[in-house]
Formats: sequence, structure tokens, C-alpha cells
Amino acid sequence: MPTPEAFDPLPWLILLPLAWATAAFALGPGRGARLAIAGLAAQLALALILAGQVLAGGARAHAVGGWGAPLGIDLMVDGLAALMLLMTAVVALPIAIYARGYFRARPKGGEWFWPLAGFLVAALDALFLAADLFNLYVTLELLGLAAVGLTAAAGDRAAVAAGLRYLLATLLGSGAYLLGVALLYGAHGSVSLTVLAPAVAADPAPAAALALALVVAGMALKTALFPFHFWLPPAHGGAASPVSALLSALVIKASFYLLLRLWLDLFAPLVSVSAAQLLGLLGAGAILWGSALALVQTRLKMLVAYSTVAQIGYLFLLFPLATGVSATAAEAAVQGGVMQALSHALAKAAMFAAAGGMIVAVGRDDIARLGGIAGRVPLTLFTFGLAGVTLMGLPPSGGFSAKWLLLMAALESGQWWWVVVMVVGGLLAAAYVFKVLRQAFPPAEPGDLVHRVPRAMEWSGFALAVGGILLGLFGAGPLALLAV
Amino acid sequence: MSLGLFYALLGGGLFALGLAGLILRPHLLAKIIGFNVMGSGAFLVLVGLGSRDGVADPVPQAMVLTGIVVAVAATALALALARRLLELSGDMVLPGERLRPGEDDDADA
Repeated sequence: MPTPEAFDPLPWLILLPLAWATAAFALGPGRGARLAIAGLAAQLALALILAGQVLAGGARAHAVGGWGAPLGIDLMVDGLAALMLLMTAVVALPIAIYARGYFRARPKGGEWFWPLAGFLVAALDALFLAADLFNLYVTLELLGLAAVGLTAAAGDRAAVAAGLRYLLATLLGSGAYLLGVALLYGAHGSVSLTVLAPAVAADPAPAAALALALVVAGMALKTALFPFHFWLPPAHGGAASPVSALLSALVIKASFYLLLRLWLDLFAPLVSVSAAQLLGLLGAGAILWGSALALVQTRLKMLVAYSTVAQIGYLFLLFPLATGVSATAAEAAVQGGVMQALSHALAKAAMFAAAGGMIVAVGRDDIARLGGIAGRVPLTLFTFGLAGVTLMGLPPSGGFSAKWLLLMAALESGQWWWVVVMVVGGLLAAAYVFKVLRQAFPPAEPGDLVHRVPRAMEWSGFALAVGGILLGLFGAGPLALLAV
Repeated sequence: MSLGLFYALLGGGLFALGLAGLILRPHLLAKIIGFNVMGSGAFLVLVGLGSRDGVADPVPQAMVLTGIVVAVAATALALALARRLLELSGDMVLPGERLRPGEDDDADA
């Protein structure tokens, strides 16, 4: 039995969103939205308490219901997990406030948003806290189902097709992952991360190498790493803006987190420099290809979605920079990769929020018809620009810290070619951000109405963008938590 | 060859078959069935490799039960979406090419 503690927020981080999601389903969108916002505020408080506990007391485990593995389920939290939980809460609360305003202006699909968003948050938190490979599989699937539901919720042909494509891709990814788990169980007789890691390190079975390949391939597909990104733009670009924000900011980070955790810990004795270089190469391809395609988009949300494809690439630069190099370089690379995940979460949520605000203002999703935005909804445009600063990696944003740390790691380990990719990617990001800003400054064309945007929408998006900047100024806190 | 290994190899074959169906067959029902065959293959590997000296290991069996529940939920969602797509487009295939900018009728248009 676990020792009784004063208050353990661990299980509540998962139970709370499940509870309000179910209640929101019963209460309908109006009261459901208020409940969700209250629930997410509590979630943020819980995540902060947990981060404080981890910072003070280090990593720990929790046996759900006092059962313990293998019969029961163990939860585990360390610095990285606490950081991801905090990221989820910090990003989800403003998105919920934003979504309430957004679905008032555009009700399509809004009635399903609150329960599905709650299940999504619960699945994310459960994934970050999972202590064994099989629970990771189950939470991955729960996350995928909730995300697909949100994507398809608008119910029209494009949304359903995008949802279905997303569903098949995500099922394929988790299927590969599950086969990897089965091979590991067969070879080492456990799915617990704490049991498996020493067993794999002591005597890596040939099956474990195959499992590594399957897990990496599955997670690359689920994270939409180039060239497996085909499902992402229609899903993220086609969904309602609050949904796009949740998907781009948080959902893809879950599979990245899983890959990172297994790469650094469980698979550390197996990973090779060439495999890491391959992942980095695909990441570089993502940066260049995603940015180039973002540049040629004519629809605002598709531009932002392709920007996500590009930004995912930076996450994967972590692997070549952290594998087979000195400890200093590896530490900087991991810090940079995690910082990139955090700053992209804030900035991309803000950017989708701003894009949705502009679409509400002009009534259509067309970059060429954004005239008048600067005059009528300046805060939303400013939000877009501020989020762009983080994505470009300009100081003092979180994106700058991330790219700086990755740069340091690249120079420290003598891999200058990744620096070139990062610089080119930053320039391309500037190009696609300015493509939008340039269209927003001329006055509206005669006959085009530019509507005001609800203040809750404008300010919640702005808060997210400011968060992306603050992360650069106060990055030491998250990095200290990561070091636990 | 032990029985467990035989099941595991069979599971690997099923996984490959299902994977091929999921990727290569354009019809949505074929894709959904392919996913199920693929999942069954992974379950068979889990149960087969889990058994030691002919004695079944209860832990993977419990995991497979959970996995089946997940697969049923995913299949139900996929079928519901496929039916909806059939109603909307009259077709049980995904749109053959990616959405080109400006030609779709998405939630924000």
C-alpha cells in the first residue's frame, strides 16, 4: 500500500478532466464550457503543485488504487513528465477560454468540443504519467480517438475525410508500436519501464532492436515527421481553430514525448548514430519541405498547419545531437528539443488562435483577403506576429532559447550541417509569417466587412503568444525541472 | 519450434497482411478490416511470445483483452466516420489526393 500523503495530485490530473468531460457531455455546450474552464483552471493548479513537489522531492511513482504493477497500474512522474503536464495545462486553459468565444461566433462542431477536449486532456495526462509500455499504448489510442473525434466534429465532407485519414494513420502508428511492445515483452518478460531498462541494458535481445525500429516508425508517423506528414495538414488545417490549436500544440507532442523518453532511457543501449542521423535528416527534410509548402499556401490555416510540419522537424534534430556525442552536447540537445516542444506548444496554439480570430473577422480563410485586419483587430494580428517571433527563433522568445541550445549542441558535437538547416528554416519561417502580415495591413477592399472579434478570443490568444516570449526570458525554471 | 513461437510467427504474418491491406487497398472497409487483422497479429505475437514452456502467461492475456477493447472502439469510430463519408460523398474511399488550397469546404471556410 502506498504511504498516505498529505495530497497527491497525480491521479487527479487524470480523473478531473474525465469527470468534467463526462459532465460536459451531459450538460451541453453552454454549461459544459464553463465547467471545462473551471476544470482546466484546477488542472493548472494541480500541475503547478505537482511540479513543485517534483522539484523538491524528485521523481516518484504512484500505484493507482494501491494495487501496483503488474495487476494494477503504476503512474510515474519525473521532471520531463511534470513539465509536459504543466505545458498541457498552461496551453489548454487559454484555448478553452478562446473556444468558448469561437464557438459562439461559429457554432459548427461546437457541441462536441467540450467532452472530447476533456477526454483529450485526460489521455494526454495519462500518457505523460504512464509507467509502462502497455499503458502508453492505451493512452496513445485514447488520445488518437479523442483527437480524431475533434477533427471530424464539424461533420462536413472535408472534416470527416480528414478525420478518417488521421484515424487510419494514427492506428497504423500505434499498431507498429504495439508490435514493438509485444516483441519486448517476449524478449524480456515485462512492460514496466523501470524493469525493462536494466534488462535491455544488460543483454539486449535481437528482438529489442526490431522493437526499436517499430516504435520509432510508429511514433514518427504519429508525430507527422516528414515524409509521414500527409495526414496532418488536412486534419490541423481543416478543423475548427480551437481544435487545430489543441492538435498542433499538444497532441503531436505526446508521441514525441514517448519517443524521446524511450530513446533516452529504454533504447539507449540500442540506438545507433546512423539511426539518429536518419531521424535528423527527416527532421531537416520536414523543416525545409514544411516551410516551403507553408509559403505557397493560399489558405491561412493551411499555412499554419504546414508551419507545424516544419516545426516538428526541429524536435527531431534532438536525436542526432544527443546520440553518440559528449555529455554536455547531449544535455544541451535534450534541453533544446524540450524547449522547442514547449515554445512551439505556446506559439502554435497562439497562431491558430490568431488565425481563427482573423477568419472570424473577415468571414473566410483566405490569405489574400485579410485586408483591414490591422485596423480592426490589431491585437489578433499582434498575437500572430508575436507567435511568429517564437517560430522564427528570434530573441528573446522561447523559440530562440530552443534553437540556441540546439545550435550549441550542434557546435559542441561538430555537426555544423544541422546549423545550416536551422538558419534556413528560421528564414523560411520569417518569410511565411511576413506573407500573412503583409496582407493584413492594407485597408479592406470595398464591400468587405471586417467584424470585431470577441475580446475573450483576442486576449486568450495573446496570453499564449506572450507565454511563448516569456518562456525565453524565464527558461531557467523549466530547464531546472527537466533536470530532476 | 515451440507452440508459442509458432503463434508469434503467425502473428507476424497476420500483422504484415493487415498492414498491406491498410496501406494498399483504397476501399475504406478493406482498410478497417486490414487494421483489425494487423491488430490481431500484434495480439498473437504478444500472447505467443508471452507463453513460457507451453504455459500461458496471464499478464499478456490481460493486456490483449484491453487491446481488443481499444480495437473495438477504434473500429466503431472508423466505421461511423466511413458511413458518414459515404452519406456525404457517395463513396467509400478517401479523397484520392490531398486537399488543394482553396477548393475545399472546411469548418472555417
